[in-house]
Amino acid sequence: MNAPHLPTNTAALGRYRMMRRIRSFEERVGELFLKGESAGSMLHLSIGEEAVVGMTDAMQAGDTFTTHHRGHGVFLGRGADPKRMMAEIAGKEDGYCRGKGGSMHIADRALGHLGANAIVGGGIPHIVGAGITYRNGGTGQISVAFFGDGAMSQGILYESMNMAALWHLPVIFCCINNQYGMGTRVDRSAGHRDFPARAAAFGLNTARADGADVEAVHDAARTLVQAARDGKPGYLEIDAYRFYGHARMDKSPYRTADEEATGRARDPLSAARTRLSAHGLATDDDLTLIDAEAVTEMDAALSHAIAATPPALSTMFQDVYAPGTPAPRPQAERLTAILSEGARA
Amino acid sequence: MSLTQSTYREAIRQALLDAMHADPSVILIGEEVGLYGGAYGVTKGLIDIFGANRVIDAPISEPAIVGAAVGAAMTGLRPVAELMYVDFIGMTMDQLANQAAKSRYMFGGQIGVPMVLRTQGGTGRSAAAQHSQSLEAWVMHTPGLRLIMPATVNDAYHLLRQSLTQPDPVVFIEHKGLYTLKGDLDPDTPDGAWGQPVTRRKGSDLVILSYSRMLHESLAAADRLAASGIEAEVIDLRCLNPLDEAPLIEAVKRTGRAMVVTEAVVTGSVASEIAARLTESCFDWLEEPILRVGGEDIPIPVSPALERGSIPSATLIHDTAQWLVTRKAPEWAA
Repeated sequence: MNAPHLPTNTAALGRYRMMRRIRSFEERVGELFLKGESAGSMLHLSIGEEAVVGMTDAMQAGDTFTTHHRGHGVFLGRGADPKRMMAEIAGKEDGYCRGKGGSMHIADRALGHLGANAIVGGGIPHIVGAGITYRNGGTGQISVAFFGDGAMSQGILYESMNMAALWHLPVIFCCINNQYGMGTRVDRSAGHRDFPARAAAFGLNTARADGADVEAVHDAARTLVQAARDGKPGYLEIDAYRFYGHARMDKSPYRTADEEATGRARDPLSAARTRLSAHGLATDDDLTLIDAEAVTEMDAALSHAIAATPPALSTMFQDVYAPGTPAPRPQAERLTAILSEGARA
Repeated sequence: MSLTQSTYREAIRQALLDAMHADPSVILIGEEVGLYGGAYGVTKGLIDIFGANRVIDAPISEPAIVGAAVGAAMTGLRPVAELMYVDFIGMTMDQLANQAAKSRYMFGGQIGVPMVLRTQGGTGRSAAAQHSQSLEAWVMHTPGLRLIMPATVNDAYHLLRQSLTQPDPVVFIEHKGLYTLKGDLDPDTPDGAWGQPVTRRKGSDLVILSYSRMLHESLAAADRLAASGIEAEVIDLRCLNPLDEAPLIEAVKRTGRAMVVTEAVVTGSVASEIAARLTESCFDWLEEPILRVGGEDIPIPVSPALERGSIPSATLIHDTAQWLVTRKAPEWAA
């Protein structure tokens, strides 16, 4: 790992603020789940992975991305409205996907989120297609796939890396290595754990950054992003630690308290706070205010999600296909037609 | 434009050519679609006209070919992904069924996937068990996908052009045994609207429902039935999703007898689905059960004799239809 990075501008303060918002969001969304207000039975928290903001901050408006199970932080980092996110996770009508997607399928076309994915690695090849669109169109956009170390065992990742390198696509594969694919630690799933070497073997630009150091992540990300815009795809690995279990109810019986304590000591949020304070970029009062604002904002998001209206039952038939094209026929309608006296003439 | 003679293969190539001229967002991506010209020669020369950015030779990576098409469609292109054989669709099922088919719905209508997956299936070239299947039921079973299976030269052209204007993913399954079929192509006049069946032969005694290559066997059987005084109506389904049931129901009620003929194995098949739907809607009008005539429930063998014997023939269709109408058991049923 590199030596601790010294933040040099006030953008670092913005990144701290975003990391704090992500942490608070995840804490509140965890509450949503415990209150029984989460629509989904599955909730994957990204606490411990907030340094991904170093990557999301290196992207520009118009860039697109896909995420997988643990993507709340990435989406917030790209500008998501926590109220609409929380409402989606609660399965409500004003959620990003009108209550159809939930935590694992959240998306927002306007912010470039091409979709969260509940299939490990399932969203990775979509950036290849997006990369073709941007390369052919000369739009200057890039597309980034965010995934965990679990996806490093999926074949489609390597098919996608090969295509990205072969076709000089403006894309980045961003692995947030939190050391666990569900309950299996990475040293029990990977025969060769130098993941950047795998990416380099396909001809990608690669970098690895300390997931406890958001500024180090940002530096690595900026370099990769610039190269990607020039048609040289990249791979960034953020070495992090997943503070909690795979999903909200997972008590992590597969790891020790000692390991968790060591992992949680590498907290990107407290590390950033300490450094901002130590280098005089913010006073303790400033930082405390930022923390309080985040809590207030996410409290409001939580209340909003709980109070929001669930979607009408009839909306279940919407959006299977595009508006104006033949849609699925409700079963009741079909049965009525068959059973009605009229049909029997 | 005037009527021209074309092959099924050439009609599909012409459709791609015309679509790419008309819409700069149309791209092709697949194994051997460029320099090689397609495993069955369908995309021959297109790379010379449109360049390697629009006719993209992909590595042998079926899941990522379909996945890249999904991403390209999400971001504004209109990709035509080619899967060399429908048998490989299982490798791509995550991208097809979990991604392409579900994005619009999961994301609350925000992100559609207007792509076409072109592939080919069926028997007739002794390609054996892993290169000869008819897997349309796998596609039809998945909400979110559209499914087209053209049987004629004119349909090969028009249904593909029309598929390239649809807002949702379309799986377009050609038949390897039809590429050399010759017929009339009228680039200005489709046989019918996309998504709707077309009556290929009128008749009052029974209705035979079919699609893809089995349409031709069914028509041959209908000719032979006519020689013995039985008039079979033959309907080409063309599009299995959306399936316009109204004209099918009308024909079944009118004739009281129906059979569905497919090349795919019968168990869990498209034929089973259609027979069930028509039974639900037409029970009181039926003189006989709706019969399914399809492929034997076996992997396709390489021996041409076994391969031919495993799928319906005009004779089998004829004899079954005759039994439906006359209750005269065929020789093989004795």
